[in-house]
Amino acid sequence: MSVLPYLVAAWVFLVGCYGLATSRNLIHAVGCLAVCQSATYVLLLAVGYRDGGTAPVFSDLKPGSRPVVDPVVQALALTDVVVGATVTAVLLALVLQISKRHGTVDPDELSELRG
Amino acid sequence: MTRRVRLIVLAVGGTGLAALLVAACFCLPGFGGDRHPYGDRVVRASLARHTANTIASVNFDQRSFDTLGEMSILFASVLGTVVLLRQTRDEHRAEPEPEEVALPVRRYALVVLPVAVLTGLYVIAHGQLSPGGGFQGGVVVATALHLLYLGADYRALERIRPVGTYEAGDALAASAYLVLGLAGAVAGTAVLANFLPYGTFNTLSSGGTVPLLNAAIGMEGACAVVVLLARFPDQAVEIEKGDGR
Amino acid sequence: MHHLLPVLVAVPLLGATVLVACGQRLPRVVAETLGCAFAAGTAGLAIVLLLNASPPLTEWVGGWTPVGGESVGIVLVGVGPGLGMAAVASLLTVAALAYSWHYFDDAPRRHAGSFPALMLLFQGGMCGFAIAGDLFDAFVFFELMSVVAYALTGHRVEEAKAVQGALSFGVLNSLGAYAVLMGIGLLYARTGELTLVKIGQGLDRHGGPDALTLTAFALVLTGLLVKAAAVPFHFWLPDAHAVAPTPVCMLLSGVMVELGAYGVWRIYRTVFSGLAVIPASDLERALVVLSVLTAVVGAVMCWYQRHVKRLLAYSTVAHMGLFLIGIGSLSPEADDGVALYILGHAGVKTALFACTGVLLDRYGSVDEHALHGRARRLRGVAVLYVVSTLSLAGLPPFGIGLGKAVLEESVGGPLTVLFVAVSAVTAGAVLRVATRVFFGLGTQPGDGSSYETTGIREEPETRHRLSRVPDTMTAVPAVLLVASLAVGAVPGFAAAVGHAMSGGAAPSLHWTRGRLLLGLTSTLLALGLATLAVTRSKPLGEPSWMAPLRRLQSGHIGDYVAWMLVGTTLLAARALPGILNG
Repeated sequence: MSVLPYLVAAWVFLVGCYGLATSRNLIHAVGCLAVCQSATYVLLLAVGYRDGGTAPVFSDLKPGSRPVVDPVVQALALTDVVVGATVTAVLLALVLQISKRHGTVDPDELSELRG
Repeated sequence: MTRRVRLIVLAVGGTGLAALLVAACFCLPGFGGDRHPYGDRVVRASLARHTANTIASVNFDQRSFDTLGEMSILFASVLGTVVLLRQTRDEHRAEPEPEEVALPVRRYALVVLPVAVLTGLYVIAHGQLSPGGGFQGGVVVATALHLLYLGADYRALERIRPVGTYEAGDALAASAYLVLGLAGAVAGTAVLANFLPYGTFNTLSSGGTVPLLNAAIGMEGACAVVVLLARFPDQAVEIEKGDGR
Repeated sequence: MHHLLPVLVAVPLLGATVLVACGQRLPRVVAETLGCAFAAGTAGLAIVLLLNASPPLTEWVGGWTPVGGESVGIVLVGVGPGLGMAAVASLLTVAALAYSWHYFDDAPRRHAGSFPALMLLFQGGMCGFAIAGDLFDAFVFFELMSVVAYALTGHRVEEAKAVQGALSFGVLNSLGAYAVLMGIGLLYARTGELTLVKIGQGLDRHGGPDALTLTAFALVLTGLLVKAAAVPFHFWLPDAHAVAPTPVCMLLSGVMVELGAYGVWRIYRTVFSGLAVIPASDLERALVVLSVLTAVVGAVMCWYQRHVKRLLAYSTVAHMGLFLIGIGSLSPEADDGVALYILGHAGVKTALFACTGVLLDRYGSVDEHALHGRARRLRGVAVLYVVSTLSLAGLPPFGIGLGKAVLEESVGGPLTVLFVAVSAVTAGAVLRVATRVFFGLGTQPGDGSSYETTGIREEPETRHRLSRVPDTMTAVPAVLLVASLAVGAVPGFAAAVGHAMSGGAAPSLHWTRGRLLLGLTSTLLALGLATLAVTRSKPLGEPSWMAPLRRLQSGHIGDYVAWMLVGTTLLAARALPGILNG
């Protein structure tokens, strides 16, 4: 059972890629990209877990009294969340303009750039 | 490519990647393992600098340069969204229509709004002590303001949300982080050095520069999210096709 | 001196915040001057640091100097190659800002400073990535430069092409970045460290390579190769470069894509190169196939383009293939060659984009066929264009020629032939454009493939079509071209580059008879190809096997993502045998 959390991360990443590749709506595609990113949160947090560990916050916890989970991955995940949210915002802004200029958000119908 | 061909290509690539990822999972150390050398060092360093929330210590002290980059990404994406969702030459701005709001919704939103703003500010202020911090609290504050959109209407929201001011606030907060970082080089030993006294453990003023950097990020996060959230409904409610003549 | 490393990142970011904070009140001239000043200041700092980079500079941000060999902080590393990339990126930012002086009409209302501010953020991101010594920190700055690049690419939101190209760029590059992050997660799980050097040591300690190192290797390389536009990760590049505003194209083609290759070089060297990790032969096997494909596909697609910016974009793809071959061969001479090549290419490619921008703003078109003979009066631009093209082919004594010849000698054998052919074909294609557009030679070609993107009816980026070309728009490419000439022609410069690359003396970096001959061969071949194309269109017309190749470049995000996964699999599959035997 000890690989299950990692396998979840792998699964989420692959599902996101599948969604991106087969998407018929660009908003959905941007959502799928966020799914791929969620895989990285799952992986990072799973990597940092310690059996019986609690949050590494010592305002109400005597240092050394309990094991704590790895704070580094939590900080990385926080950075990652902010990065993901902002990338999503920029991409959604682009999708909004695409829908205005092309009159569609279906990637199959975008034909301005090819060859 | 046709859909069929795409699916075949995807199947080939996806199978390969799946095999790689699964194989890698079985080589990872077991879930819940005890070996976290970097994590252990981080906890010790955080306690030595009187910062109760280790994650705040990582974000604003030990790896504060990452947060500098992260803050710049947030700043850049706000600027990028402002540029991408600008009013173009072939568009004009329409006055938003006043909307009727159901009374219970209005009451609820107006009661919750101050509570939510206060909660956000609390989360920012206690960033170095308890779970949360600048980014998290900033997002709460920014979304709380948008309760006014639900409780009153778009025009009421626009009155308390002059986007230009929030943009400037965003930039000022970002520059505050940078200036604090550079002050570390002048007053301390290196850029982003923690040059202030560390204070008493588990109090609001503990952690040296951590609360200051945290506050800068809190302000940046709040302003950034307000501007980001403003740009999208702006497109839906106000900006219309045609030059309006 | 090492204390100044983080300042290199902080200065442009501070400039951007100042521009935005005061942007609502600043007149445009002041905003643009401020932008240039901050960019130039950073460039100066990068050069000063570069001159002091031996022995290497190391800075632990926040003063977290290691105690007992261990630290909790982030390390920045100032070595020749990284600071060199930062310097190139900064100088090109200054050039792009000077080029766009009074240029964009559509600064959003009350946001005069937004374009220079975005450029400064881009510069900060590139500098941060170039000097990062910590894997996660590299990821953060990689994302910073990506996010800014998406917004800059889509800057002309009125254009249907621009927003579509920017979205493809955004989705592919973000997915690549998340692949890198998955790789970082795996490496952190194995080693418990984030500093590049420490991860490398941790992997070595763990012993022989296994599925985890292979997967992490493939994932990290995927993200970097997406940025470096290696086949089959390259599809976003022509779409993005064809639509981005000209000053942005200059930065994208001139340095951002090369930073991807730099990332491959640096991360392989510091993380995966241990004896027990990914053997050099594996990297070579994995990279060389992809990069040969990249060079060939780029060159062929470049030849059969009529949209001039797309043509230049494909030529960038082709040259990236050549750089990656050099990087994959892992020899010090090849490194020196690649460094010189990248320097020369940065100057020349930006000059070519700048000149193409002049065409766009003067004639409202970047289509080779539609512009036939129309630019006869732009004599100065014509001279710049032709000289840039010849130096792109490797004409001595330009920097590209020297770098390419050094590289050709170090890889040897059939790859030398590939180098000569690819540079001749790409330069021949650009030369063909120049002869048709500026001199009106040959007959105006017909309509060609219906599947192709044409460059007709593009909106100029200036408010009105230019009636005369502003001095800045011709001065910038001229200066860049002179710089690129200096790289190869100034005695001792090449040796200094070699010294910065390896830290030791590089005695062999000068023109020899063999190198002159190699440069002249590809130049003459390019001239011959262009002449043939202009005088007789038949023998070099589009063959039937081009149609499927064209169809691959479909503009469809789904296709691009599917190919990206195939690319990752291919990378791992090529590196697999060494691991099984190791």
